[in-house]
Amino acid sequence: MRIGPEEPCVPGFLSVYPSLAAQLPGAALPWLKRSRDEAFDRFAALGLPTTRDEDWKYTSVAAIARRVFRVEAAIEVSDEVRAVVLRHAIEGTQRMVFVDGHFVPGLSQPMPLRATLPEGARIGSLAQAVEAWADDVAPSFAAAGDAADGFTALNAAFWSDGAWIDLAAGVALEAPVHLLFVTTRSDGASFPRNLIRAGEGASATVIEHHVGPDGAGYLSDTVTRIVLGRGARIAHTKLQQEGRKAFHVADVAAEQGQDSAFLSHALAFGGQLSRAAIATRLGAEGCDAKLAGLYVGNGRQHMDHHTCIDHASPRGTSRELYKGVLDEAARAVFNGRVIVRPDAQRTDALQSNRNLLLSEEAEVDTKPQLEIWADDVKCAHGATVGQLDADQLHYLRARGIGERDARALLIRAFAADALAGIEHGPLRARLESLLPGALPEAV
Amino acid sequence: MGKRPVQLDELISQEYRHGFYTALDVDDVPRGLSEDVVRLISAKKQEPAFMLEWRLKAFRHWLTMTEPHWATVRHPPIDYQDIVYYSAPRGKADGPKSLAEVDPELLRTYEKLGVPLQERELLAGVAVDAVFDSVSVATTFKEKLGELGIIFCSFSEAVHNHPELVQEYLGSVVPYTDNFFATLNSAVFSDGSFCYIPPGVRCPMELSTYFRINARNTGQFERTLIIADRGAYVSYLEGCTAPMRDENQLHAAVVELIAREGAQIKYSTVQNWYPGDKDGKGGIYNFVTKRGDCREANSKISWTQVETGSAITWKYPSVILRGDNSVGEFHSVALTNHWQQADTGTKMIHLGRNTKSTILSKGISAGHGSNAYRGLVKVAKSAVGARNYTQCDSLLLGDRCAAHTFPYIEVKNPTARVEHEASTSRIGEDQLFYCQSRGISAEDAVSLIVSGFCKEVFRQLPMEFAVEAQKLLGVSLEGSIG
Repeated sequence: MRIGPEEPCVPGFLSVYPSLAAQLPGAALPWLKRSRDEAFDRFAALGLPTTRDEDWKYTSVAAIARRVFRVEAAIEVSDEVRAVVLRHAIEGTQRMVFVDGHFVPGLSQPMPLRATLPEGARIGSLAQAVEAWADDVAPSFAAAGDAADGFTALNAAFWSDGAWIDLAAGVALEAPVHLLFVTTRSDGASFPRNLIRAGEGASATVIEHHVGPDGAGYLSDTVTRIVLGRGARIAHTKLQQEGRKAFHVADVAAEQGQDSAFLSHALAFGGQLSRAAIATRLGAEGCDAKLAGLYVGNGRQHMDHHTCIDHASPRGTSRELYKGVLDEAARAVFNGRVIVRPDAQRTDALQSNRNLLLSEEAEVDTKPQLEIWADDVKCAHGATVGQLDADQLHYLRARGIGERDARALLIRAFAADALAGIEHGPLRARLESLLPGALPEAV
Repeated sequence: MGKRPVQLDELISQEYRHGFYTALDVDDVPRGLSEDVVRLISAKKQEPAFMLEWRLKAFRHWLTMTEPHWATVRHPPIDYQDIVYYSAPRGKADGPKSLAEVDPELLRTYEKLGVPLQERELLAGVAVDAVFDSVSVATTFKEKLGELGIIFCSFSEAVHNHPELVQEYLGSVVPYTDNFFATLNSAVFSDGSFCYIPPGVRCPMELSTYFRINARNTGQFERTLIIADRGAYVSYLEGCTAPMRDENQLHAAVVELIAREGAQIKYSTVQNWYPGDKDGKGGIYNFVTKRGDCREANSKISWTQVETGSAITWKYPSVILRGDNSVGEFHSVALTNHWQQADTGTKMIHLGRNTKSTILSKGISAGHGSNAYRGLVKVAKSAVGARNYTQCDSLLLGDRCAAHTFPYIEVKNPTARVEHEASTSRIGEDQLFYCQSRGISAEDAVSLIVSGFCKEVFRQLPMEFAVEAQKLLGVSLEGSIG
């Protein structure tokens, strides 16, 4: 909903687009140019969302709207960046590194990627894919002009690069693909865009990982689109470890084919203001969707998760568990939508959001919602907000465990559920090790 | 499930039992809304200056507002200039002195409605303040209540006889700026009930209002104000019906409850406004603002509602838990059938320490009905030790109906414990089979399961209402599944 011309519109982006457009990937491709222009017009019309939009009721992006970000078409790779990449590398994965939104083959590993890939698997940069495989890539840009909000429109207009993963029928990627997005510029804005397509029966694990320097108020505005063919399986883990002053806005959307399985984990640790929208549409019979999330915040961090599970076809099952741990003056927003369309009979959907408040100043706004238009369904949701249980603390203390250790134990146990479905051992170990760092005062 | 279509037809053919129209000579104001109409309403009611001023402030504020559209209800635009804002049975403007003076036609109407107004109802112990369109017709038991210092009268009477109470409390829970429909009500409200329970008094009987929209093209804008002073207790019942009409009628009421230290107010509603016909034509738009204020410590306000009528129900009886240790409760059964839509729920605003709230909402959707629970549980920073438990269950009968749940939970205090649970399902075939294999007909089995589903809420209703509610539900749902 727009209410007037006084809406923030990030004038910086508006003025930079005409000159930048020619340097963006695929500038010479008429279909892509048109898609970017449409998205840009859409952004100009929408502006950034305000708290008057129901979807942004609890998350104000005024701080983003007030700033001027630099958007540039070229990057530099310093030794510092190399160190960052090594620090965030995850064992046993194929890594693609993007610096300020641009693919850097030299930091990616193993290279060339193609050599280690099974037949029928194409993994590479989206910027190259639009040139080389336009027919396969173009359909996913068709709806750029209908972007739901200003951020996705902005991404569709300005995207610089991202991963392109395309799996032919039956292809199973053994090792997870680790997409590491590193931001280096303090006032930069980057717009990564990823496309993942899994053909019939194909399967893969993709880790989308965002990191950046702590002192810098940069913006990363990301979009990931996932298409699952019949019986395909995609495990997508989004790990948000942006710098403490960063703004992070992400939009992940999956479209599921018959009997496909989509497994999503969204983990948020960094950023001053972060928002992740995770959506999946169970578009054909017998789909399975599992969404899990964990957000851990302190200081004045604001973390927003919006999920949408759209049961559009019969016999779908979905399970959703989001957990939050908030210390100091952190604030979390959770909005989980489950839709069961009129023909989606025999749907079975469960959703749960649990929040742990560790301080006087922390705040949670949660809104699980069910919209049900079919009758032969089993749907339930739950939400809780509370603090550590005094009885449990007492139990541990009575057994000689110090207060601090006892609290840490309970907090870890609380968070552990949300990580349970992560299959790649080194990734799970990494995630478990992040908790103490994220809550130095409490854990 | 093969039998379902036939039985649904039976269900659809259920007629609205309260849909008769009483031909009465009425005294009304010209159609439409303007400052003059507001002045005219106030003049007809011979109100003191403070009331007129308040109405005008509300009207001027209303002009600056726009109709809200966030609810999941759909209706054609409402033409606010096509409504008659005041309609009173002629000759009654002076107010009847006793039952004998009341138009017998009117009494027969009440009799048809089953309003306990006469001798036999005395046994039921119900004092009724009946609102027929806009003027309160007769108030029983007034003397008996008077002995205890309880004031129970129409709003107009209260304005004349107890202006100091009205002035102190009117708009103190729902200010005239509150929302579009409440503001409209503040400008044009015609009558309603007023109740004051003095300190330490436990009201010996259930108080009751019976609202009924009779005249065509009129909106009903009543306003209820209940004040329970320190340590007082009152249980208040409200029932609603309206004649069958093709046009939609607007009902925008406001209810304000104030509970002072240690006071308890129990407010029960059985709402059975005309829901429209089986094609969704006609019916009442029930856009109501109800709010209670647990103003001082240890007070308690409890809302119980059974919503079976109205084309559209849009209301959120709420409690502001201001006093320490105060308690808020909301128990609701909402049934939508044919093309009915309901967007209802509650708001529990925890401000005081150790405040508690319980929300229990049961939604039943049948036919093309759409039922949404929308609720807010807000725990402010000051609400140390606040506790909320919410349960919303939906039952679906038929594959064209819809059930939605939109709970908003905002917590700013870590000592709060807030829990929300919701489930949606239809009547299980195994449950039906179990009953049927024991010789219970499908119809009885459904009604058994439905009453079991609603039992926790009905238990909160006073006896007479529980019976009526159960009957209403039975009528509306008979044979809706097979």
